[in-house]
Amino acid sequence: MPLDPDPALFRAVVTTIVPEAAALDDAGWREFDGVVEALLGARPESLKRQLRFFLRGIQWLPVIRYGRRFTSLSSESRARVLAHLQNDPIQKIRIGFWGLRTIVLAGYYGRPAAARAIGYAASPRGWEALR
Amino acid sequence: MTRRSYDIVIVGSGAGGGTVAQGLSTLCRQGLRIAVLEKGPRLRDHEFNGNELEMAGALYADGGGFLTADGSMTLAFGCAYGGSTVVYTGTSMLPPERVIRRWNVPDLAHDDLECRARKFMAQNNVHLIEDDLINENNKLFVAGCRQLSYDVRQFPVNIKGCRGSSLCNLGCPNQAKQGTDRVQLPNAERNGVEVVTRCEVVSIGERTLTARVAAKGGGAKGDLSSWEPGEYQIEAKIIILSAGAIHTPALLLRSGFAGSLPRLGRGFTCHPAMIMVAEHARPITNFVGHPKSYYVDEFAESQHFVLETCMYFPFVTAKSLAGFGAAHSTFMRAFPRLQMILVLACDKADEYNRVTTGAAGQPVVEYRFQREAIEGLIRGAITSARIFFAAGAVRVHMPVARDTTIDAADVGRLEEIAARAEFVPGRVPVSAAHMQGGCGMGAHAAGSVTDAWGRVHGLPWLFVADASLFPNSLEINPYVTIMALADRVAQRIREDASALL
Repeated sequence: MPLDPDPALFRAVVTTIVPEAAALDDAGWREFDGVVEALLGARPESLKRQLRFFLRGIQWLPVIRYGRRFTSLSSESRARVLAHLQNDPIQKIRIGFWGLRTIVLAGYYGRPAAARAIGYAASPRGWEALR
Repeated sequence: MTRRSYDIVIVGSGAGGGTVAQGLSTLCRQGLRIAVLEKGPRLRDHEFNGNELEMAGALYADGGGFLTADGSMTLAFGCAYGGSTVVYTGTSMLPPERVIRRWNVPDLAHDDLECRARKFMAQNNVHLIEDDLINENNKLFVAGCRQLSYDVRQFPVNIKGCRGSSLCNLGCPNQAKQGTDRVQLPNAERNGVEVVTRCEVVSIGERTLTARVAAKGGGAKGDLSSWEPGEYQIEAKIIILSAGAIHTPALLLRSGFAGSLPRLGRGFTCHPAMIMVAEHARPITNFVGHPKSYYVDEFAESQHFVLETCMYFPFVTAKSLAGFGAAHSTFMRAFPRLQMILVLACDKADEYNRVTTGAAGQPVVEYRFQREAIEGLIRGAITSARIFFAAGAVRVHMPVARDTTIDAADVGRLEEIAARAEFVPGRVPVSAAHMQGGCGMGAHAAGSVTDAWGRVHGLPWLFVADASLFPNSLEINPYVTIMALADRVAQRIREDASALL
């Protein structure tokens, strides 16, 4: 798991951001993790630490409101927690969520299988490939 | 540390560096030694495969994810043989007369810039794409604009043998785009200019540069550098900085030039941009054909925005849609039915927005969204929605609206939606690819960094030839103007060669 030692937490966040990710099989998740690892590999260690910290915050913050950790919440409640972070009055929190969301979207939509699944089929052959 | 010596060293190989290299390359016939030092790799033709993340990682600085200091905007710029000309769409615009007049730089006339710009437009095969090669993503934009009586115009583009891959922003897989990597740099090399890739200039001093050549990483794309990996000290009688509007000011700042150049890094603008997405009821041709064929700039002066057609790839599209979850996925699953418009805000140079350096000397872009730019993004989003609906779209994604999905039935409520729109940094996805300023031209060091010919005030051996020369926003796609300014730098150096060399 590239971001957090607890795979359940990261995957709960991923499937809240991209519900289709719930249908990924083991190979799909391995591919997802590979994209995220490659993306984070070139980034400074400080950024990775911040993301891990942010992820742990997502796990424990819901305890205040819901009395349960993020991974124990329903999908609707998980979405509400993330929406709160996205709209938080503190810009740093919004940016933190935006960064995490970007990594998740890269991991999911950066896979050729996801591109195919949404009907994206650009080809170097351009018009010729369409005919 | 290995030592090298040249007559002229050019830092960077994009629109500025490539052009100045070609312009000076005739001096090689007189025995002068000229080198271009490029931080990025030089890819082989077959390595341009259109894979989104792979190509972004190979061709863009930070894989296309360079962020402003507060993280609220992504800045995308190339880092490869050819710089950003490898990853733009090739849209080729003459410098606007009103902007050059407003810049008010002594000894810089619009006529002169236009004449030079036309020379490069001819050299790079700039023309209007034939109508039968234009896809529906672009044609629907034209149809919507005409229905609303907007003044829609076609972009001249610098392509030759385009197959319509739509992959321009990932480097053309068919070598159709005529960037400096295809035209000016090969010309310069034929005349004897040496181009050294994977070579990052760390600092400059009085007629010297310190540089670091990186080894090629395992699995990375591109050729090995012609120099062995390691540290280099390079002597040069003339140094020309063409590393772009982020890295050129940062290089000068970390090299200690701020004391004599108080405007260094100041005046940064970038055309903050928002990608608007709409869904049609039927599939349209969108990921085939040239992605950026038309624009509307009639609102640039009055409402601070320009609209351009665009088409992006799955990850960039996903990142550009606000929000997450089911609503987000619904738009992504409609990909073959999506139409896209890019809203570019016309930001202006101010006292806050600037390039600085971090503790390790790395570039840091301090940027705050100006009120006019925010208004431009919101008004541009609403105008885009009108165009989408006029073209027959059934739904529009509106990143600045409280409810980001707007149905066609809501077209009468667009002004109400505009009035309630919220631009919240960090929630609304904003990116930019037209970085400008930081070494603005002008008459004196108190108010500028270089003169009208790119020479740094007080340092006759040091020149700048890239978009950092712009004293304020150009308000259009900048690369042809960069080439025109770089041509002036080359001319000045050729004329002064006997004194400088």
